[in-house]
Amino acid sequence: MPLNIIVCIKQVIDPEIPASQFKIDPGTKRQVQGSHSLVISAYDQNALEVAIQLKEKQGGKVTAISVGAATAATALKSALSMGADEAILVDDPAIAASDQQGIAYVLAKATQKVGTFDLVLTGCVSGDWGDRAVPAFMAEELGIGCVSFVSRIEAKDGQVVLRRVVEDGYELIEAKTPVLASVISDDTNTPRYPKLKDIMAAGKKTIPTWKAADLVLDPDRVGSGAARVAITDVYLPLKESKCEMIKGDTPQEQAANLAARLRELKLI
Amino acid sequence: MPGTLVLATTENAGLTRNALEVLAGGKKLRALLGEPVGAAILGRELSAHVPLLFAYGADQVYRAEHQLLERYQGDAFASVMHQICQRAQPNMVLLAGDSIGREVGPRLANRLKAGFVADFVDFDLEAASGRLRFTRQTYGGKAMAVMQPKAFPVVATAKLRAMEPPTKEEGRTGEEIVVDVALEASQLKTRVLEKIQEEVTGVKLEDAKIVVSGGRGVRGPEGFKVLEQLAQVIKGAVGASRAATDAGWVPPSWQVGQTGKSVSPDLYLAFGISGATQHVAGISGAKNIVAINTDPEAPIYKVAQLGVVGDWKAVATKLIESCKELTGR
Ligand SMILES: Cc1cc2nc3c(=O)[nH]c(=O)nc-3n(C[C@H](O)[C@H](O)[C@H](O)COP(=O)(O)OP(=O)(O)OC[C@H]3O[C@@H](n4cnc5c(N)ncnc54)[C@H](O)[C@@H]3O)c2cc1C
Ligand SMILES: Nc1ncnc2c1ncn2[C@@H]1O[C@H](COP(=O)(O)O)[C@@H](O)[C@H]1O
Repeated sequence: MPLNIIVCIKQVIDPEIPASQFKIDPGTKRQVQGSHSLVISAYDQNALEVAIQLKEKQGGKVTAISVGAATAATALKSALSMGADEAILVDDPAIAASDQQGIAYVLAKATQKVGTFDLVLTGCVSGDWGDRAVPAFMAEELGIGCVSFVSRIEAKDGQVVLRRVVEDGYELIEAKTPVLASVISDDTNTPRYPKLKDIMAAGKKTIPTWKAADLVLDPDRVGSGAARVAITDVYLPLKESKCEMIKGDTPQEQAANLAARLRELKLI
Repeated sequence: MPGTLVLATTENAGLTRNALEVLAGGKKLRALLGEPVGAAILGRELSAHVPLLFAYGADQVYRAEHQLLERYQGDAFASVMHQICQRAQPNMVLLAGDSIGREVGPRLANRLKAGFVADFVDFDLEAASGRLRFTRQTYGGKAMAVMQPKAFPVVATAKLRAMEPPTKEEGRTGEEIVVDVALEASQLKTRVLEKIQEEVTGVKLEDAKIVVSGGRGVRGPEGFKVLEQLAQVIKGAVGASRAATDAGWVPPSWQVGQTGKSVSPDLYLAFGISGATQHVAGISGAKNIVAINTDPEAPIYKVAQLGVVGDWKAVATKLIESCKELTGR
């Protein structure tokens, strides 16, 4: 059974930069990009990998959608080079400052505009703001089922079986399509490196940009005015560092000193 | 009277620690705003939990029993929580930031047209305005954000282990409301076929007083066998960084950090873990962090109280011996 899969991709400033290089703009309360690169948010790459593997097995089509600035086209190009068939950018100043509920609403509208879909995949958490809420908001908007923290998906005859990672193991969940799943990483969905020829081919593809007007959005539901919760401050936590280094010339001495220190502190 | 509603989850015929943590949040809101705390409890055969919920601070208990609530299922829980909210009309709904709350929370917020605050670590009233103000981590633990509702209701999830369970007040009572659940199997778009529970030898990671964790530096599943031995000797649980779980060395449920578990042990031993903020986000509640790393510049030393610079395996192996000697185990 061929599957039409939508994958939601968010472009973020590299989330793995060290804390010491992280800065917040005091005016906008957003992260300063500086010389850091823009990347596809970590788990969105896993979502894309799951989608591409499913397509390779079952046939079908993978469409990547991103709501973001013009720069997000680069993220979509990488999605195409990994194996997505089409990519759509939604970029409009009217929606730029939306909160997660607004973004999910826009993503749902864009998904509906794409047309028929069997699966919607997202990352389980975004690398910057990290609400893990967009997927569930989006499923509600679309009126479809929602399974979060999914590491693996198998499809057969209009049904999918999803492996949902929970605190003490995992659940196998059966769902009728269409269904939305937020993807968590495991050893089966490590994102592939695109081949040079695929990068070249992706470079030649055009990425349509949709505007608010193309999606017939309710203006009251997007933009900063629509947010029901205001972000009034973003600041860096104060971290004091006074690490006591354990001495010793050999691992044996170090271990003995550490054990003694832990004993002294009544920790073991 | 509108107040706070918390979702109290159960496991093995008891309330979860996560449920007690959100009840603590509810009690704190009551102290700040003077509003009552309702607890919603969903499942089957729940009567025994009701007095316990009162004892832990609930003023009302909404007891929703139905065949289809026997175990967690997103559509069922979202729908029944929505039904309870329509009746209770809460200003605030608090859920634990676990695999249930993180799914039900935003779904419920959408249905209630409510604001949503994810994973708060604390809240208070802003002195000047008297307005409620939540604090949460963001940017993978690199920053803190302050979030203030512009309107109510608001649905919020609490970061696990950010709040201590409340003390139990024996004999405290309240009002029990039995909810008339409207739920049909046909409403459920997804169905749990099977739950595969991982075997835990010893203590559960999220409850452990001692956690022995390994990262990419441990280099493979064999390394984790050594860490398991150490954990056994010092009665701890084993955790891992995302690098180790992504590589398949240990199951995803062992992951500690932003995406994985929040732990708050007295002692957290990090072997071969660099200390990325997303990892550290899961150990902010740890009282003592010990870093063992070959790189003296690794960021983990910035958050650790004790540090050893050296090869993880040599140190861990010798530590097993030293601990055996000291503890007599
Ligand atoms: C959205 C998002 C969410 C994330 N969530 C999480 C999460 O929940 N949990 C998590 O852990 N990560 C998470 N990460 C990933 C995180 O950013 C780091 O990539 C990850 O924590 C790195 O794991 P590590 O420290 O094991 O590996 P590395 O960063 O590669 O560090 C390995 C360390 O081992 C040391 N080492 C090497 N050899 C030895 C030796 N022989 N002896 C001793 N030390 C040695 C090295 O010096 C190095 O410091 C997330 C990332 C993103 C973007
Ligand atoms: N602007 C966006 N464009 C496309 N997808 C997004 C956007 N924001 C969030 N998502 C998706 O929702 C997931 C969870 O995001 P969040 O709720 O912010 O943690 C991400 O991993 C993405 O898959």
